[in-house]
Amino acid sequence: MSQHGEVWVYAEVDDGAIAGVSLELLGKGRELAGILGVPLAAVILGSGTRPLAEQLIAYGADIVYSADDERLAQYTTLPFSRVLTDLIREKKPEIVLYGATPVGRDLAPRVASALKTGLTADCTDLQIGSYESAGRLYQKKLLQIRPAWGGNIIATIVSPDVLPEMATVREGVMHAPDPVEGRTGTIIDVPVVLDSECDFVRVIERHTQPRRVDLRSASIIVAGGYGMGSKENFQLVHELAAVLGGAVGASRAAVDAGFIHADHQVGQTGTTVRPKLYIACGISGAVQHRAGMEESAKIIAINTDPEAPIFQVAHYGIIGDVRDVIPRLIKAFKGKL
Amino acid sequence: MPLRIIVLAKQVPDTKNVTGEVMKPDGTVNRNALAAIFNPEDLNALEMGLELKERYGGEVIVITMGPPRAVEILKDSLCRGADRVILLSDRRFAASDTLATSYTIAQAIQTHLMPFDMVLCGRQAIDGDTAQVGPQVAEKLGIAQVTFADRVLAIEGECVRIRRDLGRAQEIVLARKPVLLTVPKSANSPRWPNARLLLKYRRARSAFEVEAEAKRQGRSVDDVVADLRKRGLFIETWGAEDINAELARVGISGSPTKVKKVENVVLAGRNLKLYSADDDGIRSLVTELVEERTFG
Repeated sequence: MSQHGEVWVYAEVDDGAIAGVSLELLGKGRELAGILGVPLAAVILGSGTRPLAEQLIAYGADIVYSADDERLAQYTTLPFSRVLTDLIREKKPEIVLYGATPVGRDLAPRVASALKTGLTADCTDLQIGSYESAGRLYQKKLLQIRPAWGGNIIATIVSPDVLPEMATVREGVMHAPDPVEGRTGTIIDVPVVLDSECDFVRVIERHTQPRRVDLRSASIIVAGGYGMGSKENFQLVHELAAVLGGAVGASRAAVDAGFIHADHQVGQTGTTVRPKLYIACGISGAVQHRAGMEESAKIIAINTDPEAPIFQVAHYGIIGDVRDVIPRLIKAFKGKL
Repeated sequence: MPLRIIVLAKQVPDTKNVTGEVMKPDGTVNRNALAAIFNPEDLNALEMGLELKERYGGEVIVITMGPPRAVEILKDSLCRGADRVILLSDRRFAASDTLATSYTIAQAIQTHLMPFDMVLCGRQAIDGDTAQVGPQVAEKLGIAQVTFADRVLAIEGECVRIRRDLGRAQEIVLARKPVLLTVPKSANSPRWPNARLLLKYRRARSAFEVEAEAKRQGRSVDDVVADLRKRGLFIETWGAEDINAELARVGISGSPTKVKKVENVVLAGRNLKLYSADDDGIRSLVTELVEERTFG
């Protein structure tokens, strides 16, 4: 038997399906569990979630802890953190990972505080490694890697003396594994014990809007920045995207200027993307934006300023005015495609 | 019943305004050159508190934990309309992570500020972007939390009706008081400091500032404090003993997370291939993309 506890992924339910980031975490969790030589478990809280538990096994979980109870039909902080905290106290996992979604960022700190354990927010990478402090060597610790200071530094955080080690992980930065049909695992039912304080917050109404754009699955993204100049000029970005069959992205500055809806924002506070082709039009390339797109396979940057930082992550550059270059690009693409 | 509203605020480096001057020649940020500002979303929390006070009556108390200079944001809070401000500052609080910070703040509230109706704080601070201290303070206080709370629609007896803005979803929730809310920037536009209050609080001082001044003026600290108190200008300053903190739970010893390594982000500098902005240049770029199968 391994001296380590299990690796857990909190499987978030989003509109009746498993959240994408939870599947991504199963991929990473599999890797971490392999290094530690322990099982990978998913924890799912909800109502009528049995079919989802089966899916979690197909995506790589060896064990699924399932708290299936009608009182958990909708996420609220107190009952969810209560059930999860009790379960962690009982099973003593080594690592617990959450998506850095509104739910994950509401739940994880509450659980960490109750358990008096460490929590690192919004990680972009996780590794297993050692940590040395005051002459003591800690081995096989979770290295929690995240940007800080507005993305200007990358910090590696460890929680050497406490268990479980916990982190929330940014959506879109890790790869979801392919599901394996017929993969087997164990589903363990978790009893749900709640008390009256769990009723302190009630959801009276909930409205959801579908995302206007699915940037994460787009293989081509044409993104515009403040350098587009106006909402009217931003139309060129839409036109180029239409010609290429790509999705439209934007920098925060373009969103703040009102050129386009925030759903299109790429970057640290928007969506993290890695398409086959990313065309950055009039985007200077602030560190917060680069953090969300620099892993794209090919990056084309168009900007009037040859010193713009975007050129340092780009593979191809055109120094020129977007209002002039984009129509020429559209013409050239139409001739080739 | 007048409300007691506690606002949690933080002084942070202005990471959103990294200009050329704070970039070092190697492309990394000179952190000491960043200005210290009122964390933007904490200003939204303060504004929400002040509006609630105007609607329902009561008092707004602002607490910050930080080094002595963090008193700047407390003075700012007074000038925007806060009734009372508290500086939590002690060398032993230094290097706190979110768990130690939430313990210290909760301890201060439980020792001196009970009972209260609401705790408000910004959704997150722009230095760490963790969004953890709010929920952790709520847990330590044993109260409910509502994150992403962008409107308080009504206070109905013992319950608060709140709108949450979750980006793709909106919720209306009913929460039992006392409750902690984390407030996003979409909540409101913070008011500016008031000219009359700026004049009034020009001479407000924390215990640290009093110490330095008393020495300069050759007066006793107690004397100066008594004088300031009389005029409502003394900023309460609490250390570990004042809040009965267990020393093992504050600062570095109370922080389970440790920083193993910090790396500056340096622009990678790829092999950039430049094409001219004319038709010839653009055609050859498109040809290259087709040849290397970026398309099809």
